[in-house]
Amino acid sequence: MERWSRFNIASVVLGFGFLYLPIVLLVIFSFNESKLVTVWAGFSTKWYSQLWHNQGLLDAAWVTIRVGLLSATCATVLGTLAALALVRYSRFRGRVLFSGMVYAPLVMPEVITGLSLLLLFVAIGLDRGFWTITLAHITFTMCFVAVVVQSRLLSFDQSIEEAALDLGATPVRTFFAITLPVIAPAVFSGWVLAFTLSLDDLVISSFTTGPGATTLPMKIYSQVRLGVTPEINAICTIMIGIVALGVVVASILTKRREARREKDERAAFAAIG
Amino acid sequence: MAKLASALVNRLVIIVPYAWLLFFFLIPFFIVFRISLSQTTVAMPPYTPVFDLAGGLAGILEKAREFSVDNYVWLTEDALYFNAYVSSLIIAAISTFLTLLIGYPIAYGMAKAPRAIRPTLLMLVILPFWTSFLIRVYAWIAILKPEGLLNQFLMTIGIIDQPLIILNTNSAIYIGIVYSYLPFMVLPIYSALEKMDHSLIEAAQDLGCTQVSAFWRVTFPLSLPGVVAGCLLVFIPAVGEFVIPDLLGGSETLMIGKTLWNEFNANRDWPVSSAVATVLLLILVIPIVYFQNVQAKADGERG
Repeated sequence: MERWSRFNIASVVLGFGFLYLPIVLLVIFSFNESKLVTVWAGFSTKWYSQLWHNQGLLDAAWVTIRVGLLSATCATVLGTLAALALVRYSRFRGRVLFSGMVYAPLVMPEVITGLSLLLLFVAIGLDRGFWTITLAHITFTMCFVAVVVQSRLLSFDQSIEEAALDLGATPVRTFFAITLPVIAPAVFSGWVLAFTLSLDDLVISSFTTGPGATTLPMKIYSQVRLGVTPEINAICTIMIGIVALGVVVASILTKRREARREKDERAAFAAIG
Repeated sequence: MAKLASALVNRLVIIVPYAWLLFFFLIPFFIVFRISLSQTTVAMPPYTPVFDLAGGLAGILEKAREFSVDNYVWLTEDALYFNAYVSSLIIAAISTFLTLLIGYPIAYGMAKAPRAIRPTLLMLVILPFWTSFLIRVYAWIAILKPEGLLNQFLMTIGIIDQPLIILNTNSAIYIGIVYSYLPFMVLPIYSALEKMDHSLIEAAQDLGCTQVSAFWRVTFPLSLPGVVAGCLLVFIPAVGEFVIPDLLGGSETLMIGKTLWNEFNANRDWPVSSAVATVLLLILVIPIVYFQNVQAKADGERG
């Protein structure tokens, strides 16, 4: 019945080629000896060693990582709460507005989000810099966390929670003992997603930053405008490497967890049967 | 007591994220709107505050008289803005269509793939989304340049003998948008196709449909929710896109995200950029609300 036709295989292979070829070329040319990014002149890692002497770049990287860690963590807490609110409480006053505010940032053009947050920070008199970037990142990434966690909560068997509540556990205790362990993989991938979104962001950071807080994408952007250089390729390759490593580790951990859960479930059923 | 505490906890689950989004997402739009009604001044911040709450109601009413729609009048007087809105919508629409054209076969091929390798394929589609948007757009500059890799390749195999001029044209923007947003198109279509009951196709074929007509009469209509979600996920952000037109587009490329950015960063005209943002938001409000409904409905079905 279902078969993978040649047409299907071709479209998947071509599609993935399209998705990956530019990234692969970028990585290859970061090892280019020549200053030209389009003419291959032999293998070299000199662009990488140059990066370590670029203080401005290292500072920017440090700011970016701090913003990312802090905003992803706060966004994960807020996003998980938002997902719980959406899934567990089918009716409360202003729910339509709430779900609207959760979904809208997913598609909102970044220039609008960036401008509106900047004007808010100016209006309340907050000094722009590290903290304003962090607050902005929490706001737009928490919605992505909410969507990821929400889809896990929807496929979650609520009767276990009800059982815990019936047995006298408080809602807080039930959450930490039952709900959180089950949704943990989704919460974790929400965190990773929030972290990488924060790491990547150029537009919202540029609007909400102030003196002294330059993030890596802002630094890359200002250099890209001057032209393509192997040094930028090298930074990009390092960033891609970190993200790829993170995603691979996360997926292995998730897989292992799932496997263990399945084993536990089977054991439990065997015990009952 | 415990009951009271648990009721409080229940409230907090809603109140905390609700308050955060109200303060950091919704209220800022009102501030944008407010500033779009004020006058440009050479100061910091570079606008005359239209009202502040310190003056109380009387103060607000007093200030309300100073509201000015000059910035909006300005937007209509200068053809630049109108052209930028129109060309953003056209570029976004063409790019969305191209993304659908390329993304659908990929999603279809993935949904038809052997069950065992589907999670891997899914992972491979999501992975580029985790790498930086800026980096992915940047990667195309080296490829599309006149002396870039694409032209080198095409000239080596002898298809062309003059380099194609792609970078800094609208074609480069289409490529950039299709490339950057492709996963957003593939994922919803894939999840719609994957859920589909294959026996429906068999039934259609048993009843005499050819493969092609079975696709158009059964598969495609059933995948429509995924197609709609995918198109909205590409179209809405693409209209306001800044990085792609800025890095890949040329000087003649007009897109409203870039106009807004320049108005803000180069001209430092906050009231006009607020007006530009307000109008852009009004244009996008219909597709955004539609997207929210599609999303909420999809969640309802799953739940």
